[in-house]
Amino acid sequence: MKKLEIIIKPGVFEKIKAVLTELGVHGLNYSEIRGFGRQRGHKEVYRGTIMQVDCLPKIKVEVVVHDEAFEKVVDAVVSTVRTGQVGDGKIFVSDVADAVRIRTGERGDMAL
Amino acid sequence: MNASDTAFVIICAAMVMVMTPALALFYGGLVRSRNVLSTHMHSYASLGLITVLWVLVGYTLAFGEDVGGIVGNLAYVFMRGVEGEAAPAAAQLPHTVFMAFQCMFAVLTVALISGAYAERMRFSAMLLFSGLWLIFVYAPMAHWVWGGGWMAQMGAVDFAGGAVVHMASAAAALACAKALGPRVSLESGVVPNNLPLTLLGGGLLWFGWFGFNAGSALVAGTLAGHALATTHVASACGILGWMLVEWKRTGKPTTLGAISGALAGLVAITPAAGFVGILPAMLTGFVGGIVCYGGVLLKGKLGYDDALDVVGIHGLGGTWGALATGLFASASVNEVNGLFFGNPHQLWVQFVSVVGTWVFVFVASRILLYIVDAAVGLRVAPEAEFTGLDLSEHNERGYAL
Repeated sequence: MKKLEIIIKPGVFEKIKAVLTELGVHGLNYSEIRGFGRQRGHKEVYRGTIMQVDCLPKIKVEVVVHDEAFEKVVDAVVSTVRTGQVGDGKIFVSDVADAVRIRTGERGDMAL
Repeated sequence: MNASDTAFVIICAAMVMVMTPALALFYGGLVRSRNVLSTHMHSYASLGLITVLWVLVGYTLAFGEDVGGIVGNLAYVFMRGVEGEAAPAAAQLPHTVFMAFQCMFAVLTVALISGAYAERMRFSAMLLFSGLWLIFVYAPMAHWVWGGGWMAQMGAVDFAGGAVVHMASAAAALACAKALGPRVSLESGVVPNNLPLTLLGGGLLWFGWFGFNAGSALVAGTLAGHALATTHVASACGILGWMLVEWKRTGKPTTLGAISGALAGLVAITPAAGFVGILPAMLTGFVGGIVCYGGVLLKGKLGYDDALDVVGIHGLGGTWGALATGLFASASVNEVNGLFFGNPHQLWVQFVSVVGTWVFVFVASRILLYIVDAAVGLRVAPEAEFTGLDLSEHNERGYAL
C-alpha cells in the first residue's frame, strides 16, 4: 500500500476527487493548508503598507491505494492538474505498513 | 422658531447620529477578527456615555454664555432652561434640537479617537478617558470655535468641525498612540478582517456627512445647499486623488484606498464647506486625498502606532481643510474672504487656530491619559491582546464560523 499526499491549488479539488473515484479509490481525506514552494506568494497593499504574503492556501488530499493501482492514480492526478505553471503542486509518496478497518478488524489491503 | 429649519436640522441630526454606527463598521472591518466587536463597542459606548455627559454638563460648557473666551458657563447644566425655548445660538431652532444636533458631533468626535487605541486599550480606561476628554477637551474646543470663545473672536472659521471634530480627535489619537505604545505582533502585519464592512461603513459616513456639513448651516437655505454640493464634490475628488498617488506608488488602486480617499476629501472640506466655491472645494478634496495618503505613511516613519490612521486622515485632512478655508474662502459664498480673495489675514488666523487646536488637545489629552493610566491602567495584558479584546474585554466573539 502506498500513501499519496497530493498538494494542489484549491480550485482543482473537485476534479481530483472525480478522477480518483473513477479509478475505484474508495476513500480519501483532504485538508485546507497554507504553504509555499517555488511559486512563493503575492503582494498585498493596505493603505500604502506593502505586505508580502508568502504562504498561499492549498488543498492537501491524502489517499492510500493498492500497490498495483498506484502508478495509474499518480498519472491520472498529474494529467488532470498539470498546467505547466509554477504552483501546480506536488505529490509525496510513502509506503504504508498496515491498515485496519475498525468496524470489522480487517487488515492490510482488505481494509482499504 | 421656524418649522422648515427645525425639520431640516432634526433630519440632519439623525444623519449625523448614523455616522457613529457607520464609523463602527468602518473601523470594525479594519482590525483583526479577534477585535471586531471591541472596536464596534468603542463607538456604541460613546453613543451611550457621551450623550449622557453632554446633556448633563457638556452642552452648557460648550454653548453656555462665554466665560473669558475659554468655556461656557453653567446656565444650561442638567438642561435647565433648554426645554421649550428657542436656541440662543440659532433662534430659528428649538433649543433641544440644537442641543441634540451638537450632541451627535460630540459622540462622533469621541468615537473617532478610538481608531488610534483600537486592539489594545482596556475598556474601562477607554470609558474613563472618553468621559474626561468630553468635559475637559471637547467642550472647551467647541466653545472656542462655535460658542463664542477665543478662536471665534479672533475670526477663525470652521464651518462644520475641521478643528473641533477632526483635528481634535486626531491630536487626541496621537496622544493615545504615544501613551499606549504599539500593538503586539505588528511585525506579522495587520490584514483587515472584513473590508466590505469597512466600505459599507465608509459609504454610510459619506451619507451622514451631508447632515454634518449641510446641517451646520442650521438654516434650510442656500448655504445648506452649497455645503451639500461642496461636500459631495470634495469627497469624489478625494477618491481620485488617493487613487492616483496609490496607483503610481504601489502599482494598483485599492478599494480601501478609494474609501480612505473619499473620507480624506470629506474631512478636508468639513471646515470649508460653507465658505468656499464648488471648484475650490474640488481642489480641496483632491489635495486632501493626496495629503492624507502621505499622512498614513507618516506613522511608519515616525514610529507611533495609530492603528487606524486617525492622525493621517483626520489630522492632516483637517489641518489642510482649515488652511484651505483660509486660502479659498469667498465672501460671495459666506461673508469671509481668504488669501486668494484678497484677505491674507484669514490664512493667518486659520493657521493660529490649527496650532492652538493641536497643542491644546495633544497636551490636555496626554495629561488625561496619565491620570487614567494611574487610575485603572491604559492597556490590557499582553495575553489578552493575543487572545483579542472581544473575548478578554467583552466575553464575545464576532464570528463563529
